[in-house]
Amino acid sequence: MQPYLKETGTVGPLDRVDVDTDQIIPKQFLKRIERTGFGPFAFFDWRYKEDGTPNPEFELNRPGYENATVLVAGRNFGCGSSREHAPWALEDMGFRTIIAPSFADIFFNNCFQNGMLPVILREETVKDILDRAKERPGYQLTVDLEDQTVSDEEGVIASFEVDEFRKHCLLKGLDSVGLTLQHEGDITSFERGRSALLPNAKESVHA
Amino acid sequence: MTTKPKTLFEKIWAAHLVREAQGEPALLYIDLHLVHEVTSPQAFESLRLTGRIVRRPDLTVATMDHNVPTWDRSLPVTDEISRAQMDTLAANCREFGVPLYDLNSDKQGIVHVIGPELGLTQPGMTIVCGDSHTSTHGAFGALAFGIGTSEVEHVLATQCLPQQYPKTMEVRVDGSLPEGVTAKDIILSIIGRLGTAGGSGYVVEYTGEAIRALSMEGRMTVCNMSIEWGARAGMVAPDEKTFAYLEGRPHAPQGKAFERAVEHWRSLNADPGATYDRVEVFHANELVPVVTWGTNPGQVVPITGRVPNPADFADESDRRSIERALEYMGLQPGTPMTEVTIDRVFLGSCTNARIEDLRVAASLIKGKQVSPTVYAMVVPGSMQVKVQAEAEGLDTVFKAAGFDWREAGCSMCLGMNPDILKPGERCASTSNRNFEGRQGKGGRTHLVSPQMAVAAAIEGRFVDVRTWNVGSN
Repeated sequence: MQPYLKETGTVGPLDRVDVDTDQIIPKQFLKRIERTGFGPFAFFDWRYKEDGTPNPEFELNRPGYENATVLVAGRNFGCGSSREHAPWALEDMGFRTIIAPSFADIFFNNCFQNGMLPVILREETVKDILDRAKERPGYQLTVDLEDQTVSDEEGVIASFEVDEFRKHCLLKGLDSVGLTLQHEGDITSFERGRSALLPNAKESVHA
Repeated sequence: MTTKPKTLFEKIWAAHLVREAQGEPALLYIDLHLVHEVTSPQAFESLRLTGRIVRRPDLTVATMDHNVPTWDRSLPVTDEISRAQMDTLAANCREFGVPLYDLNSDKQGIVHVIGPELGLTQPGMTIVCGDSHTSTHGAFGALAFGIGTSEVEHVLATQCLPQQYPKTMEVRVDGSLPEGVTAKDIILSIIGRLGTAGGSGYVVEYTGEAIRALSMEGRMTVCNMSIEWGARAGMVAPDEKTFAYLEGRPHAPQGKAFERAVEHWRSLNADPGATYDRVEVFHANELVPVVTWGTNPGQVVPITGRVPNPADFADESDRRSIERALEYMGLQPGTPMTEVTIDRVFLGSCTNARIEDLRVAASLIKGKQVSPTVYAMVVPGSMQVKVQAEAEGLDTVFKAAGFDWREAGCSMCLGMNPDILKPGERCASTSNRNFEGRQGKGGRTHLVSPQMAVAAAIEGRFVDVRTWNVGSN
């Protein structure tokens, strides 16, 4: 996994609350069996018109946000399904950093699995960032994971909390399956103690 | 030494700890991993790329549900991309030795319907699946939650999952439900009051007299929608109903082993004096049938209510969100819900497509006819539900009333298969999400109970099921 250290980029303002994973990546694109290539389909129903051309009304289609890499949105971002296609699509669209006042649990967790950083900031701070990005397309932020700060050209705007272990994994780009496999001994010994009454998918349990 | 009284969640968590270390998430053992075609291909591909194997194929079960067409199973799947995804699952299951209930199996169905039906879902277990509605299995007193594809890979490779310790919440529903008010109305009312993010970070235990009074099917409906208010998982402590449901199921313990299992399962409830981080109380007697009017499951009103007016909301982002929802839904503020007409009815999904749902729905429509302006479909949750319903003659009742009777799958709950709404079509749906475009681009979804859905099918508009059926049979 690519480490996340410090990222600087243009803010893409998505001033909406409860943005759900069905909007981030509609279901018709979940049939792909690859991890990549979802970017063009992100926010599909909002982003394109019926004829497939970009919808100029969609916030992120407005001039100045073409190369945005820091997505800033309203509260409860990523609610809905567990589809990891949502962070895959956002990353493929260019966003490695997402800032919001709150996130849905599964989406939040899925981001870390993909070297992406979801940043929780206070609602007022997010609103300020959204206002600035809307007034000044091209407005840039730097997110520093080591220092846990978000800053713009004038200096630090806010600091944020992040779980120490997740931070460590992200900074080093660690493979979480590999980490668990280091505890093979613990897993095997746990398995020895499991009840024989527990179900087995291959056969039913008998008396 | 006295031990601190434990909640049900705390007992299950403690019993599955493989490893705990300062500054790291706990490593939890997973007793059952359910797999479907949409969120698994990339996980299996990663195993291949890293040369890893499925550690416990005997604790892993796969089925096809999201993509599958619900028409005649003898016909080929015409959507090539869907077929490729199903073929990929079949190939992956063969290669890694994972048992699969495919389209030709008489046990195929929605993953959250077949787990309990096969007796694979049991009290005290940890259960995961690459699907947010995995919380359904919590109805049996299991800790069950949805995971992303990277975690699917993690569980395939290790049978474990690193987990942050969640907060705990008790949602107690006191009293008893009035006639015509269902498990679906309980959970939609909870979401309406606590909000779509109200449960974020919590594992919820649903308790109280009204929850105890629910059947296993009803408890599954409640737990199923835990994710719709952001909860990590929802659960109900097992009791005699749970044991009776499980007895004799293919993967449940049999005979003496069943008795021993029940003895253990009886210990799986919150100890007297156990405390939660948060407690919410509802009164079942005050609940009424509800219907969603907007584009998230928290945007819900009593059937006796009206479409809200954005002007009544103080918070600006709430107001804009409501305005956007009303525009999408094509609704005017102040419209009584009983004046909202519908074009489609969907009776199905992991929320409400079990045998009991079909029974109660069929009992209400016997001898009646679906409105000529409505196309209504019934999609059983599994092939076993379908067979059972047909054995009871429910299919005849539905078909005589003008409902389309289909094969099992997720179908129009998320519209990944050919069952979708056309733009602008309005649907009374027993499913779990009313997000924009969920049932088809431009489609307008109203979430309701099975009773409310079939009553709407007959009348062509929403009706109050409590008064609708009186004397009309």
